[in-house]
Amino acid sequence: MRHFLTTEGMDRTELEDLLDEADAFSEVLTRPIPKVPALRGKTVATMFFEPSTRTRMSFEKAAKALSADTMSFSPSTSSLSKGESLKDTALTVRAMGVDLMVVRHKETGAPWRLAEWLDIPIVNGGDGAHQHPTQALLDCLTIRQRFGSLDGLEIAIVGDIRHSRVARSDIFAMATLGASVTLVGPRTLLPIDPEAWPVTISHDLDAVLDRLDVVYLLRVQTERGGGSVFPSLPEYTERYGMTDRRFARLKSDAIVLHPGPMNRGVEISHDVADHERALILQQVTNGVAARMAVLFQLLGGDHDA
Amino acid sequence: MRPVMTEDDLARATRRIAHEIVERNHGLEDVLILGIPTRGKPFADRIAVALSEIEGRTIVAGSLDIGMYRDDLDTRPRTRIGPTEIPEPLDGKVVILADDVLFTGRTIRAALDALADIGRPAAVQLAVVVDRGHRQLPIRADYVGKNIPTAATEHVAVRFSEIDDEDGVWMMNGGDS
Amino acid sequence: MLDLIITGGEVLTEDGPAFTNVGVENGTVTAIGDNLGDAAVTIDADGAWVGPGFVDLHTHLREPGQEWKEDIGSGSAAAAAGGYTAIVAMPNTDPVIDSGHLARFVSDRGKQVGIVDVLPSGCLTMGRAGKTMAHIDELWEAGVRLFTDDGDAVGDASVLRLVMEYVAQYGGVVSQHAVDPSLSRAGHMHEGSVSSRLGMYGIPSEADDVVIARDLALARLTGVHYHVQHLSTAGGVALVAGAKAEGMPVTAEVTPHHLMFSHADVASTDSNFKMMPPLRSESDREALIAGLESGIIDAVATDHAPHAALEKEVPFEDAPNGVLGLEWAASVVTTMTGLGITEFFERMSIAPARILGRSDHGQHVAQGSDANLVVYRPDLEWTPTTSVSRSRNAPYFGRALTGAPVATVLRGVVTWERA
Repeated sequence: MRHFLTTEGMDRTELEDLLDEADAFSEVLTRPIPKVPALRGKTVATMFFEPSTRTRMSFEKAAKALSADTMSFSPSTSSLSKGESLKDTALTVRAMGVDLMVVRHKETGAPWRLAEWLDIPIVNGGDGAHQHPTQALLDCLTIRQRFGSLDGLEIAIVGDIRHSRVARSDIFAMATLGASVTLVGPRTLLPIDPEAWPVTISHDLDAVLDRLDVVYLLRVQTERGGGSVFPSLPEYTERYGMTDRRFARLKSDAIVLHPGPMNRGVEISHDVADHERALILQQVTNGVAARMAVLFQLLGGDHDA
Repeated sequence: MRPVMTEDDLARATRRIAHEIVERNHGLEDVLILGIPTRGKPFADRIAVALSEIEGRTIVAGSLDIGMYRDDLDTRPRTRIGPTEIPEPLDGKVVILADDVLFTGRTIRAALDALADIGRPAAVQLAVVVDRGHRQLPIRADYVGKNIPTAATEHVAVRFSEIDDEDGVWMMNGGDS
Repeated sequence: MLDLIITGGEVLTEDGPAFTNVGVENGTVTAIGDNLGDAAVTIDADGAWVGPGFVDLHTHLREPGQEWKEDIGSGSAAAAAGGYTAIVAMPNTDPVIDSGHLARFVSDRGKQVGIVDVLPSGCLTMGRAGKTMAHIDELWEAGVRLFTDDGDAVGDASVLRLVMEYVAQYGGVVSQHAVDPSLSRAGHMHEGSVSSRLGMYGIPSEADDVVIARDLALARLTGVHYHVQHLSTAGGVALVAGAKAEGMPVTAEVTPHHLMFSHADVASTDSNFKMMPPLRSESDREALIAGLESGIIDAVATDHAPHAALEKEVPFEDAPNGVLGLEWAASVVTTMTGLGITEFFERMSIAPARILGRSDHGQHVAQGSDANLVVYRPDLEWTPTTSVSRSRNAPYFGRALTGAPVATVLRGVVTWERA
């Protein structure tokens, strides 16, 4: 594997190998010295053209836990505002001696362009509404730690799937690992042609609740709400929110996941967010281990050998 | 490809090593066995079974993966990481590392680095099925199943039925598969 | 001695295709037959097709104002290399061609370069702003016969209706970039299964169809000759078929890239597949090929749209729309369709010239006709790797094509020959 750009098209073995390695790196993170020398001397650059503190910090922690050095680039403090093109920015950073780049960009396909222009591995930290593959990895890791395997699990992804790169990455990873994925949301927030996807569709969360093992809540992008894509936030919460009442109807071992940041009171109730079967913080911890596995796979070896 | 240890040879060597461990450490108080995946783990498990018979109580071996500590990552296309399971805290214990073949010594160096990041053992000893010479570092084994002098181009393969189709040790020339 | 002889070709004569020789003197075809004697220049067609040079109804030459992408010189070179003897320059330059003197600038510059006839088109509205009529009289005096605001559809139907009436009185052609602005504003590619996977906003086929339907209704009202630019949807083809069945003076063009590619090719987010209207579904593509083969679509027009590398080597959504086309349009037609010699020249040369009302291009090869010719080998297998345009934004590099021009002749002078 030369780059880590998308979960679409990954086969089951590739995904499971990564998850197995992520488990091993989870163990490393519990040691008194939570650090291994595997990527000593390598430099990992995080190029985040869209603001994100949490994902960037997670990647930096992962790189440092592998003893790599890190460099970070963000557009507000950069020459991009002086009109430098993306290509020139990337080539300049590469010329400083960078071994891998993690890229987040608001436009679909930007990491693929970097992979064409540069000769180093690229990790997609999120491109437009297209893919966020390391998120899918940490989500599947969390589910697997809880249930042993994703085979046969009933997973519902609830919310604004149409504009979500997290949803797209998760759908393909979860389906490949054997889960049964249902997308739940109003029609305007579901993909335009869901029949072409490995999912079932529902506009009624209450109808599917009882059989779910995992409820994956997407953040409602409040900038979108109120009149153009769905009528209003309170109506959204009423129909699709994980309220206390809905949580009580879930199976006793069902879990709730969320990619963060949460809108407490909108897609998830305050009490559910803090419940011990809402594994949001575990997702974050697993994020570091998952990203360590990706960095180790891409940099911990001679890919020309 | 020719056999250098049969299934019985392997079993006898394992039992002998178990007795040597008990003798050297005056019992098994504060002794912890860790196998280095892949084939160090079944070896460690078999030593643990033998020790359990000797001591009359259950001894369990752990595992210590060293993939993240190798010094040759840049020359290998793909390194798989296996599980690390340490059954008890290491501090103050005698850790006995178990591996199938002792060759250049670099795997054991990586294991010593890994142990140092996990805890502070009182002492570290090494048990191997085969010592084939050609050390590149000042490392030696405390318990050896069989010393087999080899040419550098030859290959020694230890097989455990837990993972492979059979038990035993074989040797082949560089060109053999 | 003749100026030029083309020997051994399959010639599109007034009586149909015939294997014969063509002799040219003083810019005119003076002889057709065997044993024509000597000539200063001889081209051995060796079984290739010989017919009227191609006429492109839709080229962006970028001069005046955007010469870093292309200019009339480099664009003419690309045209000649593609077998073209006449090209219609689109008016969305900087400044736009909404007045007579600007149209004259373009045609004079073309004559100065002298390797292809550059025919200026004019805007429908001043500044392409969609509000007031362009200087139609001046433009007509300057030789403009086709009017379009290309790049934007005229939004206000009452403005469009008035311009249509004014152009109709001259017998000119009104042409529209038929894509609805509000349905296409946020989109960068066809709205469908690929845009859904990519998480990109798309432009539904209906964005084209609503404008075509509206314009056809206004064309019916005004009687103007209405020409649909770059058809991309099956729905659009059906609308044109319906208008023709009524007997309306409606014509239509299709680009080579819409014949060859679909939205599946956009999955790579390579900006060499980004254009407006976008590449649509496989069934749309098949409808376009069927429409071209049956004649519902009258002509192939390249929509040759050069952009510099620095503009295209960016993330997909940032890239400007458009790809090159002049050098490979004919090759794409013989690769993707089953058109024989007669329909091939009808779509590439004869119909476009007829739409423009020109008798000096797009004529069957006959005694006395202008010697604007192309020699085209329909079975030549080749793979384009470069371009003579100033820009390089093309989806064809590395693609195997069947068919290629081997020589282009403008008024008896060879303007280009395959090496």
